[in-house]
Amino acid sequence: MSTADTEHAYDQRHVHSHHHPEGEAHGTFKGYMTGFILSVILTAIPFWLVMGDVLPSKQATVFIIMGFAVVQILVHMIYFLHMNTSSEGGWNMLALIFTLVLVVITLAGSLWVMFNMNDNMMPVSAHEMRNAP
Amino acid sequence: MSAHAAETTFPPDSFYDTGEHHPQNGTMLGFWLYLMSDCLIFAVLFAMYGVVGANYAAGPGPKDLFDLGLVAVNTSMLLLSSITYGFAMLEMARGRQNAVLGWLAITGLFGLAFVGLELYEFNHFIHEGAGPQRSAFLSAFFALVGTHGLHVSFGIVWLAVLMVQVRKMGLTEPNRRRLACLSLFWHFLDVVWIGVFTFVYLMGVLR
Repeated sequence: MSTADTEHAYDQRHVHSHHHPEGEAHGTFKGYMTGFILSVILTAIPFWLVMGDVLPSKQATVFIIMGFAVVQILVHMIYFLHMNTSSEGGWNMLALIFTLVLVVITLAGSLWVMFNMNDNMMPVSAHEMRNAP
Repeated sequence: MSAHAAETTFPPDSFYDTGEHHPQNGTMLGFWLYLMSDCLIFAVLFAMYGVVGANYAAGPGPKDLFDLGLVAVNTSMLLLSSITYGFAMLEMARGRQNAVLGWLAITGLFGLAFVGLELYEFNHFIHEGAGPQRSAFLSAFFALVGTHGLHVSFGIVWLAVLMVQVRKMGLTEPNRRRLACLSLFWHFLDVVWIGVFTFVYLMGVLR
């Protein structure tokens, strides 16, 4: 039996698992390449912006590279992790949304609370002491 | 193609999942839930870095330490390993065992290059007196980037184990499921790295 025959038999044997509507999503060559090229572009631009000191405003650079990071994460989710609203009957997406809510609460909450605490707990100078109400 | 036709042509031992239930579903969803919990670990480490990342204790800051050229090379290593793992998955779908093993080996080499460069960077920092005990910024940095590097290292061990499994038993249904889980894990680590190079390295140098 030749290799081609073996592979053919193997494909036939497993054809039911490949066409199972709820099985894990297989990517396509085109999908992976699209994701890869987009990722390269979305990685190269932020590095160029920071390393080349392209923009005069640091604030603007920060916002732009954060935007690129968000877009690149979405590209990876779609083309590499094959996320969509119907995988695993929607449970994947539900778990992801729940996690994102927790991540946002953790990050925003920590930064907000700790920033305020830093602000309010700073050592008071002698000058401020004298002028306190 | 009906299941009946298949049963008459092939030995029964390869038909444990012809019924209506599909064991892959539970595993893939469960593994996804594990990844989401891992995501929370990283969120907490990111939050910690965000809070104490500017406390240098009169020690070196990101601008003095980070070499963005090295980080760019490191990032491309991880990105290339993602696409080569994708190629391994495509070959798996076509049932070509040797091609799968080849792409997995290349993925592993890119992963090793990533971990190697990271260890070189850490070693360099520690020799400059910028170890994790130097300042809150460096503690948070080593905890966050180190946890990611540890994940990649364990991913490489998992990859090597799976290569042995595939070599010994072929692309059986359990092995395909395991490769699909590692695929999620590997691409997930790449997603976390996007956050690391953006928030830690690029924004650190901007500060």
